[in-house]
Amino acid sequence: MDEPKNKDPEKFDKALKQRHNDHYLLRLYVSGLSPKSRRAIENLKEICEEYLKDRYDLEVIDIFQQPELARAEQIIAAPTLIKELPPPLRKFIGDLSETEKILVGLEIKIPIEGGIS
Amino acid sequence: MAGRESSEAILRPKLAKCPTGIRGLDEITNGGLPRGRPTLVCGGAGCGKTLLGMEFIVRGAVEYGEPGVFMSFEEGVEELIQNMASLGFELEDLKEKRKIFLDFVFIERHEIEETGEYDLEGLFIRLASAVDAIGAKRVVLDTIEALFAGLPNELILRSELRRLFRWLKDKGLTTVVTGEKGRGALTRHGIEEYVSDAVIVLDHRIFNQIATRRLRLIKYRGSLHWADEYPFMIDENGIAIIPITSLSLDYAVSSERVSTGVPYQDQMLGGGYYRGSSILVSGTAGSGKSSLAGSFANDVCRRGERCLYMAFEESPAQIIRNMRGIGLDLEPWVEQGLLKFHAARPTLYGLEMHLAMICKLTDELKPSAVIMDPVTNLSITAGPREVKSMLMRLVDFLKNRQITTLLTHLSHPGEVETTTMGISSLMDTWMLVLYRESTGQRRRVLHILKSRGMGHSSRMTEFTITDQGIKLVEV
Amino acid sequence: MNETKNWQLRLYVAGMTPKCLAAYENLKRICEEHLKGQYSIEIVDLLENPQLARGDQILAIPTLVRKLPPPLKKIIGDLSNKEKVLVGLDLRPRAA
Repeated sequence: MDEPKNKDPEKFDKALKQRHNDHYLLRLYVSGLSPKSRRAIENLKEICEEYLKDRYDLEVIDIFQQPELARAEQIIAAPTLIKELPPPLRKFIGDLSETEKILVGLEIKIPIEGGIS
Repeated sequence: MAGRESSEAILRPKLAKCPTGIRGLDEITNGGLPRGRPTLVCGGAGCGKTLLGMEFIVRGAVEYGEPGVFMSFEEGVEELIQNMASLGFELEDLKEKRKIFLDFVFIERHEIEETGEYDLEGLFIRLASAVDAIGAKRVVLDTIEALFAGLPNELILRSELRRLFRWLKDKGLTTVVTGEKGRGALTRHGIEEYVSDAVIVLDHRIFNQIATRRLRLIKYRGSLHWADEYPFMIDENGIAIIPITSLSLDYAVSSERVSTGVPYQDQMLGGGYYRGSSILVSGTAGSGKSSLAGSFANDVCRRGERCLYMAFEESPAQIIRNMRGIGLDLEPWVEQGLLKFHAARPTLYGLEMHLAMICKLTDELKPSAVIMDPVTNLSITAGPREVKSMLMRLVDFLKNRQITTLLTHLSHPGEVETTTMGISSLMDTWMLVLYRESTGQRRRVLHILKSRGMGHSSRMTEFTITDQGIKLVEV
Repeated sequence: MNETKNWQLRLYVAGMTPKCLAAYENLKRICEEHLKGQYSIEIVDLLENPQLARGDQILAIPTLVRKLPPPLKKIIGDLSNKEKVLVGLDLRPRAA
């Protein structure tokens, strides 16, 4: 077996710390002021305030008013949340009510089933 | 005409092709596999898909200067090298010269536990490093479906496969992906879904105890489009596909004459057979059909041209002995490589395989004449319609190459004209040899029933077979 | 030289992706909780060591390999299911 180069996890340790300081750029596409849209906005704002305070930008776009933006981003479902930063880009559809799932998806929380936290 | 061509050009943009070098395959695919895209090769166990993949890599490296990666998911590298050595592929040597890269991906299902999300970046890196190591232009994945048995999460696997094929395309790699035949589907795990460009289906059927290998080309654009089916064979040089399904009637026609090998017979035909024409000699048993065939073969070789003699009834030694009895010594021609006998029992293969064999031998020997003596025995394994269809394609194949074809056919007395399986209509020249009672003696008679494009004697001609050859006498 | 640990674990990754980071973070937590003081973790980045994808037969990323104690074990995925990781490492008996 070849001996691997740079097998010290130091770099990863640093990255893990760094991750808690990442700046988030989020875009939420909604369709008018439907109940679903409103719930999505509320849920997202709550998450951001609790977990990303002072390190996020959130833009809410109404696809009725700006359909060309929706087309450009290939938005089919509404509401759709796009995490532009930090990379990688990720999309979430739905009213964002499953907080744990969203936190994991946004990489704010490490996914752990069955319980350490 | 010009208008039609240009509209076709718009409708079907010409895809760049990647020649495989596999005999016959580039001909039927109009130049090879889609360049820079994946092609699926699928079929049951033992159908030859691993061989096809390997031949694509080897010929690419040797004949087209395109290095290739063969990633095997089933056979180990040593096993591959050994198996392919019997087919004349020296993988070890090519490997050392960095023209090919062999890699065996091995997954031990029971030592893997799965927990949470993952991807197949390990496989990607591995493939990419192999491609980079030799500057590969071609890739074979044989057979990637093994991953389904090794990795538990089918959802992840499928999305990774999709990513893999996109990656291969982005890299411009011409790829052969093999797959095991599934129930009611092309492959077991439906990987044809990811390979939308071209599909080759191989099949190894045994019918009436006769084995036939076939290859089918499918264009896969959302829906299946079944195209032609071609027989193929596997010999000491790999795969040979016989491109003989389509009939074309636009071959060049020669007005050059070639001698029949029998002086007066040439005169009867106004100077001999046309080069590249087809001749049928029908007759009853012992009437002298093989003697006419032998005379023709002898004359072809005497001129320094090559002749392929398919012996379906007698052994080559027997034919040589019989011909010596009538003053024809064929042995020197065999020794000089001008005359090649191929003895095959008709029942050994199916018709398609016979056809494939003749075409393959023809491409190897490049003869100016082919003799099949007699074609009658072929109907032992198939009905008259199949025989006629096979001979039609054979004659077409040979005409395209300007090869003169002489077939003999055994007929029963009294029903000569009705027992030729309808093949006489395919032939340019049809001659009949038979015994006739005349002045109390049984005499041999030659009758030219038809001969396209030439003035010929329609009279019966008597002939004798002497120890100095065939002698014709006008009656 | 490192002091010898009873548990030698190696995590194969391909760059610093979220999945790989998650696997590392999960692994560290599990080890701290169950193997405190007895383990060492190496991270092998296949982007830096592409030949090891072949040498060690690594397809899936991330893959955790238990080098010691024998026998060798492989666990693929981001190690988010703690129970399965513990079972995979033989730290917990397999459910009947």
